[in-house]
Amino acid sequence: MTLLINILTAILMFSGVFFFLAGSIALIRFPDVYTRLHATTKLDTLGLGLILAGLIVYDGFSLASVKLLFVIFFMFLTSPTAAHAIARAAYKSGVKLWGENPIDRYGESQNDNS
Amino acid sequence: MNLFIAVLLGISFTTFLCLYRLFTGPTVFDRIVAASAITTKTIVVVAVLAFLYNQDIYLDISITYAILSFLAVLGVAAYIVKQKETK
Repeated sequence: MTLLINILTAILMFSGVFFFLAGSIALIRFPDVYTRLHATTKLDTLGLGLILAGLIVYDGFSLASVKLLFVIFFMFLTSPTAAHAIARAAYKSGVKLWGENPIDRYGESQNDNS
Repeated sequence: MNLFIAVLLGISFTTFLCLYRLFTGPTVFDRIVAASAITTKTIVVVAVLAFLYNQDIYLDISITYAILSFLAVLGVAAYIVKQKETK
């Protein structure tokens, strides 16, 4: 039983590290603020959830597990909010979208209303 | 445990990759994205250190750090938008 728990913990934590690594490579390689935000927000949130889930499996049912669950829930709630705030601030400061003819639905909707 | 030390080493390596974007980001928003990615990794590092040292108090530090990083990102984004609008 202990061996099974250790193996499950190792699988969860190393997959979390893999997602962290993919997010960091995306942060270096992608061409634009918006694409970098798109990649790192999701991959970092998933990596955090997987590694803390590994810690929960390792610890069993205790107060520390409840605290870790709270951290996971809070990050799943706040990480998209922070990403949306950064993207909105970048768009309002005039950061151009990457590509020859970028599709800009937000700017089109702003022009239609005014 | 050796597993926790290996995971900490892996997270440290990815943190150095994020530091590259933090130093060479073309716009200020690239730096904000990199800083927010580094704070996410720091939350995980503190939570793993709590189990490595058997100190449950580190988990409270992890929760506090999550709340503070969220507020910091929101504050910087609102500050930049307001600065543009007043110009």
